[in-house]
Amino acid sequence: MADYEDARAGVFPRKKFMDLLKSYERGSISRRHFLGVTGLGAATMALGGAMPGLFTRPAYAEGDLGNQLSIATWPNYHNPDVLQEFTDKTGVAVDVNVFGSNEEMLAKLQAGSAGWSMFVATNYTISTYQQLGFIEPLELAKLSNYDAASQAQRFANEGMVDGVVYAIPKHWGTTGFILNTARVDPKIATWKEFWDRAMTDYTGRAIVHDYQLTAIGMALKYYGYSFNSVDTTELAKAEELLMKAKPHLFGITSDYQPPLRNGDAWMSLCWVGDAKQLNRDDPNMLYVLGAEGGEIWTDFFVIPKDAPHREAAYAFLNFLLDPAIQVREAEVAGYPLTDKRAVALQPAEVVNDPILNPAAELLSALEFGAAVTLTDPNRAEIIARFKSA
Amino acid sequence: MTAALATSNEGRRKSVVTALLLAPTALWFFVLLILPMLVIIVFSLGERGPVGGYQAALTLKQYASLGSRLAAFKNTIMLAPAGTLISVLVAYPLAYFLAVKVSPRWRYGLLVLVVLPFWTSLLVRTYAWMFILSGKGLPALLAAIGFPEIQMINTPFAVLLGIVYAYMPLMVLPIFVSLEKLDKRLLDAAADLGSSPLRSFLTVTLPLSLPGVVTGSLLVFILLMGEFLIPSLLGGGKIFFIGNALVDLFLQSRNWPLGAAMSLTLVIVMLVLITLYVRLTMAASAGKSRSLP
Repeated sequence: MADYEDARAGVFPRKKFMDLLKSYERGSISRRHFLGVTGLGAATMALGGAMPGLFTRPAYAEGDLGNQLSIATWPNYHNPDVLQEFTDKTGVAVDVNVFGSNEEMLAKLQAGSAGWSMFVATNYTISTYQQLGFIEPLELAKLSNYDAASQAQRFANEGMVDGVVYAIPKHWGTTGFILNTARVDPKIATWKEFWDRAMTDYTGRAIVHDYQLTAIGMALKYYGYSFNSVDTTELAKAEELLMKAKPHLFGITSDYQPPLRNGDAWMSLCWVGDAKQLNRDDPNMLYVLGAEGGEIWTDFFVIPKDAPHREAAYAFLNFLLDPAIQVREAEVAGYPLTDKRAVALQPAEVVNDPILNPAAELLSALEFGAAVTLTDPNRAEIIARFKSA
Repeated sequence: MTAALATSNEGRRKSVVTALLLAPTALWFFVLLILPMLVIIVFSLGERGPVGGYQAALTLKQYASLGSRLAAFKNTIMLAPAGTLISVLVAYPLAYFLAVKVSPRWRYGLLVLVVLPFWTSLLVRTYAWMFILSGKGLPALLAAIGFPEIQMINTPFAVLLGIVYAYMPLMVLPIFVSLEKLDKRLLDAAADLGSSPLRSFLTVTLPLSLPGVVTGSLLVFILLMGEFLIPSLLGGGKIFFIGNALVDLFLQSRNWPLGAAMSLTLVIVMLVLITLYVRLTMAASAGKSRSLP
């Protein structure tokens, strides 16, 4: 039988092929940018659809959920084994569409052709999505694994609009900068020093995110302004700094792990998950929360209004909210969790990790992204001008 | 009288058939070219919506703010012609070799090799260049043999290399075709009349293969003007083409009217450049053939 299967699929068995494809998607070659341009997730979907034999479809006790589900999310954000387990349990194959920023997702939603059953959204987008009618209040009755009491309020609050739950947290985290201390001064501790050094002794070695919220936010921090400022004079100063820094930068990209790993770049704006992955492989990689402050964030699951395969989306969300599953997801994504039940199941070294869970006093200077930054036309234009300069 | 009537009937039937045959193409062009073009024109006169997108208006302010994307225009208008020129310089000798020097037995096999890279996705090939040009790739190799360490990735050089690599086959094919058609007896005649090989090449081969060069250059140039993938991967967000600015305006900063104004401007700039180019090369080739003895 196995021989027959192998023969039918040619020299390369299907199972092996799908595993390989999944491993690409998981990160062997997948990078933020690469996936953003290719939509390898979409390719997986097409292949999955074209080879239905790959996905065994057992009967699902809670009614027919259909056989597929499309989600929009970040790269390297899910555990492929978890997705596979959901498919094995329910017969629903999960197509993963990968995006580089909330703004990209918003553009897709505005164009009106997304077709997602569920997507992830950072805290500062929730109220705008709600106002624009892009997301629906969650039917908590369908989410037996959700326990409001076990959520850290500080994070969960951002998912509510007028007391109604629109979004349930997946992870929280911080945005700071990373230094390769083998090449740069490990004492750089402030955003002011980060930008100044990037323009002087480390010219050609620094990376800035291709993302308005953090690129502009951290430039504002140089002057000690709020990370979220939309004040035109403050934004003008931030733009001035960005433009002055641009010729000195190695690049403007959210795909900064490869150049940091191969030594092309020595410092970069950095999300804590990337910092953890870099530091795990190279202890010289030092993650710093700029003394002036920076970003603290929560990423949420939301369900779009009129979502296709809505029942399957709720089943999937409920599956992901199981504390044991949350822990397995966190093992891959590398970000801390907001659900106390799940945190209790995590190994002590993860919970006490100084990169993932910095001391409370370091967190107090950080700001949550504000809703206004998502739609402020000046911020959108400044990041666009910065890139095209 | 009857004969005249029959001819006119015949003529009418012919024109009906012609119209029917052209209808699908006309419909295609209308739905996929004229209609979107009209949408773009209307959008370009509008305003950015409060949360992005398009809001109806009648203003020219998008065109007035095109200057904010000057660097993207400059990069494109410098690097696209430069890429085309380098492609010609590299592709011509190769096409000449294939069409004139190689024995016919090998010719088409070698030609397939030129097209072979197209069997893999451009994206994968460009991604490979990212690693070749990054610090641990070519620069490290050069440093090992004594050259000073230089940065290659995220520079105009990397983008130029990437576009020449990607589009050169498109240049080789038309030049190859025009050189292969070349009547070799003309070269024999030139030699008989005492012309040096260089002079034969300049006065016979080159002018007669010029149509291939023009076709190839237009093909490559037009594609390069709209390029976005290669600058985005090999330019690291530092070398922006108009294509990158457009992707950003529609998919990130969500300023559709400015994006529409930019794409219209791009179309106009390309029309002007292409008209100039075709006029100049035609004049040059006319001048050349007149000067033939």
